[in-house]
Amino acid sequence: MKIIVCIKQVPDTEAQIKIAPGGKSIVKDDIKWVMNPYDEFGVEEALRIKEKLGGEVTVVGLGPKRVTESLRTALAMGADKAILISDPAAEESDALAIAKALAAAIKGVQPDLIFTGQRGVDDDMGIVGAALAESLGIPHFSVITKVEMAPDGKSVKCHKPVEGQTLVFESPLPAVITTQKGLNEPRYASLPGIMKAKKKPLEEKTLAALGLNPSEFGEGARKLKIVEIAPPPARKAGKIVQGDSPESKAKELAKLLHEEAKAI
Amino acid sequence: MPQGVMVIAEQRDGEIRKVSYEVVSEGKRLADKLGQKVIAVLAGQNIKAKAATLGHYGADKIIVADDARLANYTPDAYASVIAQVVKANDPAILLLGASVQGKDLAARLSARLGAGMAQDCTAFSIDNGRLNAVRPIYAGKAYAKVTFSDNYPHIATARPNVMPMNPPDASKAAEIADAGVALDDSALKTKVADVVRDAAGKVDLTEADKIVSGGRGLKGPEGFKVLEDLAAVMGASVGASRSAVDAGWRAHTDQVGQTGKVVSPNLYIACGISGAIQHLAGMSTSKVVVAINKDADAPIFQKADYGVVDDLFKVVPALTEEVKKLA
Repeated sequence: MKIIVCIKQVPDTEAQIKIAPGGKSIVKDDIKWVMNPYDEFGVEEALRIKEKLGGEVTVVGLGPKRVTESLRTALAMGADKAILISDPAAEESDALAIAKALAAAIKGVQPDLIFTGQRGVDDDMGIVGAALAESLGIPHFSVITKVEMAPDGKSVKCHKPVEGQTLVFESPLPAVITTQKGLNEPRYASLPGIMKAKKKPLEEKTLAALGLNPSEFGEGARKLKIVEIAPPPARKAGKIVQGDSPESKAKELAKLLHEEAKAI
Repeated sequence: MPQGVMVIAEQRDGEIRKVSYEVVSEGKRLADKLGQKVIAVLAGQNIKAKAATLGHYGADKIIVADDARLANYTPDAYASVIAQVVKANDPAILLLGASVQGKDLAARLSARLGAGMAQDCTAFSIDNGRLNAVRPIYAGKAYAKVTFSDNYPHIATARPNVMPMNPPDASKAAEIADAGVALDDSALKTKVADVVRDAAGKVDLTEADKIVSGGRGLKGPEGFKVLEDLAAVMGASVGASRSAVDAGWRAHTDQVGQTGKVVSPNLYIACGISGAIQHLAGMSTSKVVVAINKDADAPIFQKADYGVVDDLFKVVPALTEEVKKLA
């Protein structure tokens, strides 16, 4: 099995987000960057399949040099190789352009299976997996909580919870699967794993090296354009419900919710 | 020049979903600003008789794709059919509900049509004849206003429970047409092997009108009993914070927050939740927020419209009794 995991580096979910002057991006200094939490499930699932069926796991990332750290984390968890698409021309690209670059890097590997997180916890778009599958002309399954490989490694069943039910898809390979919390518990990198990761191959590629035209990337080529990024609307100050016992507070709260907020 | 608003409606077991009426309503408002029409598209099996209600909410025309292979959603069959309908009608704006299915379909359509897509939007406007959208990013820690390039259609999904629904007008009869598009079996690689239904009557958090949510303060899985009781009398769904889920007290599907579900109910009652930033991010578009917590300094109170500083194990059962009296 040849398995690809596409990973993104994102601000830690505990990070405070500040808007940069100009209002088009966030302040990127002082942010703790981590592997997108949803991508960790993809790395873990790829490693489990490899452990069962044999093969090779390649992690692919796109972005500035710092993304190397997240790729090394995946290598330390047990992935075999890494590719970093690093090109100043790719910065501020939209999801469609990013999927195109990832597809170009992946094509050479001819994978059986491709994993990526169901969405990045930064832009919250959830488009790269589907767009990548479209570029490669293969099926995709998004927000998957269970992956069942056929014993011969030729097909896969994917469980997708939708509101109120779970759809179980069956598909031949290759396919793209986007991973959701609940799929597995990602392992921590072991100390020997971290040592080994330093010697594993990590290849850097520019857009031109992938046969891509840099003018189709970057802010100018975006099909979804950012007009402005702003802080969330402030909530008006709330009321502390008064009362001399839990019961009287509950009574007052029910009254407020019913009469004032009209929520019950 | 592309014209009009196309809305991709969604059905489950032959019933049109609420979010689709919200999106048709919003589509109608946008089309009115442009002086153009709304086409609704419904795919499924034996759904033609149900389609007319989309007209009551503002669709001028309804296109139905009725095929056994569309009975359950698969990305490849649905993307193939809807992409053909879009190309045949050339809309300027393509709207879907930001349900699990809508978000998935919108992503694949965006790639297939080579057009930009804005996911999970909370507001739309028309500026110089072009769609603008507001969407929370970083799970609501910031809001992005976005617009589109000259590649059409301009695709967007609308967050459930946010767009106001038009009052339905049953006297409005929209034209209903067959999609008349081909599904090529050889192009369909995916099949639905099974459909596993959740417990009956459980409303998903992303669509719930009311949510009662619990965190560390519940002290264990059995603590959620008091929340279940309150939820039952209010017709609410039960959610949980990441710490409650990571502790194994609740299922992953119950998690509200940046690495869980982003919700926007009418009423969100946070019990024993301190309000970590990643949790606050996931419920910030709730309309009315209540916090019940012993710790008066808990950050959740900063986001709450109503706060109760007390022991939730006493307040919640008392609230359950009060709500019963209202019924």
